[in-house]
Amino acid sequence: MTAAPAPVEIRGEPQAVEVAGPAVRLEHVTKSFGPRKVLDDVSFDVTEGSGFIILGRSGTGKSVTLRHMIGLVQPDSGKVFVRGEEISSLRGKELAAARMRMGFLFQNAALFDSISVGENVAFPLRRHTDLPDREIRERAMAKLQSVGLEREFEKMPADLSGGMKKRAGLARALALDPKVLLVDEPSAGLDPITTGEIDELLVRLKGHGGTTLIVVTHNIPSARSLGDDVVMLHEGRILARGTPAELDRSDEALVRTFMASKNAG
Amino acid sequence: MSYMLGGVPDRAMSSLTAFGEVSLFAAKAAREALSAPFEFRETVRQIYELGVRSAPLIAVSGVAVGVVLSMHTRASLERFGAESMIPAGLAIALVRETGPLTAGLLLSGRIGAGIGAELGAMRVTEQIDALEASAVDAFRYLVVTRVVACVIALPLLTTLMNFSGMLGGFIAENAETGLSFPLYFQRAFALIEASDYVPATLKTMVFGFIIATISSFLGFTTTSGTEGVGRASTRSVVLSSIGIIVANVVLVRLIFFVFPQAAGG
Repeated sequence: MTAAPAPVEIRGEPQAVEVAGPAVRLEHVTKSFGPRKVLDDVSFDVTEGSGFIILGRSGTGKSVTLRHMIGLVQPDSGKVFVRGEEISSLRGKELAAARMRMGFLFQNAALFDSISVGENVAFPLRRHTDLPDREIRERAMAKLQSVGLEREFEKMPADLSGGMKKRAGLARALALDPKVLLVDEPSAGLDPITTGEIDELLVRLKGHGGTTLIVVTHNIPSARSLGDDVVMLHEGRILARGTPAELDRSDEALVRTFMASKNAG
Repeated sequence: MSYMLGGVPDRAMSSLTAFGEVSLFAAKAAREALSAPFEFRETVRQIYELGVRSAPLIAVSGVAVGVVLSMHTRASLERFGAESMIPAGLAIALVRETGPLTAGLLLSGRIGAGIGAELGAMRVTEQIDALEASAVDAFRYLVVTRVVACVIALPLLTTLMNFSGMLGGFIAENAETGLSFPLYFQRAFALIEASDYVPATLKTMVFGFIIATISSFLGFTTTSGTEGVGRASTRSVVLSSIGIIVANVVLVRLIFFVFPQAAGG
């Protein structure tokens, strides 16, 4: 593999600023869809450079929590901060600028199916940098190489398996070298071996890249390998918080049962 | 029948709400189409996808419509010994009304269904969220580009429809009487004035706006998975067609008011 290219320079953005304090902070976030309250007064901090896991059963508001962090969902009340900036109050260009410093891996990868895998990864670079075409392609190729998909550059997303799509989605999420990477259910629909491969990529990213990793999952082995810190949501509220080892010893029976499962996913 | 508000049936209320939502969506599309930043590259791509790729449908349909119209016109004018007026009668019918309306309805099928299905599929597979997460204004990128492309493409395709129709008329006349190509077109254009062509063709810009906004709205707001995508596609065609037919009544009235000579003079 060739040496990693220099960090990408986003058009119109000052060079990355080191921020004191948490990478992400939720303050008393409440969100309802119709009559159903999905998040109820949720607050937590995510330490910069850490692996933060949001655990919980299906329908407990995990993905909604993640979507708040990139401004895809706005809280009914409460505030969401990303690297010191209140993202829940941003709109338009300011919100776009904040999003450029983040990456999001969707549950089903959400690759743009009308363009090739390589162009999917190149897309954020074409939109937000002034790099020449040759360098954009090189960087896209380097990202695909880092997830083991360099030979799939010209393929269309429909020609990839589920695990490959997820890895391509990860390469796209990393295209702008984000400081915060949000990952929604990385193991959903994947076999245990592929899940392990994806987890390995994410661990490497956290270890060497210094990226803050926030992962929604209900796969306990993934949570153990990726998480420095874990919150467990239940019925829209935080039921438990701590390291995986601390959650193993939780007073809550539901938390212990959940943590004891081999693979709840 | 249930009643929700002051004796207004639920269905009527939800139809009114939907009409209001489409109107706001259309107003936003119009406003953003006229303000920077402009997505030139994507707009050109959409003009190709929606406009250029619709040309074969319009050309073939135009020829068929011209042949049939010519046969009907001949049957009527023969009784009065006015066969020499067939090219001019056909051309006026095509340019003033048949061409624009037929092109509008055909394109509401091809383009409306396409936009509704494509954006609907992008919504349910989270591709629209992925665009937003990539710091791209999805409304401007997906909706405004399609609206502008349709507004530009419809008058051009209508002009193609008119010429194809005249060509169809020539084929029918040539087969019937052996009328030459130059003489047919000389007669066809003899009575056509700018007031016949310009307002009738420009009104299809409104048709393009209606098709693109209604189908984009339905695609953009799709829910309920693949079933929802199918519904968005079907409704796009039905509602765009109704929208075009109703708008045509208003526009024809307006054209007669502004260009009295177009009323038959």
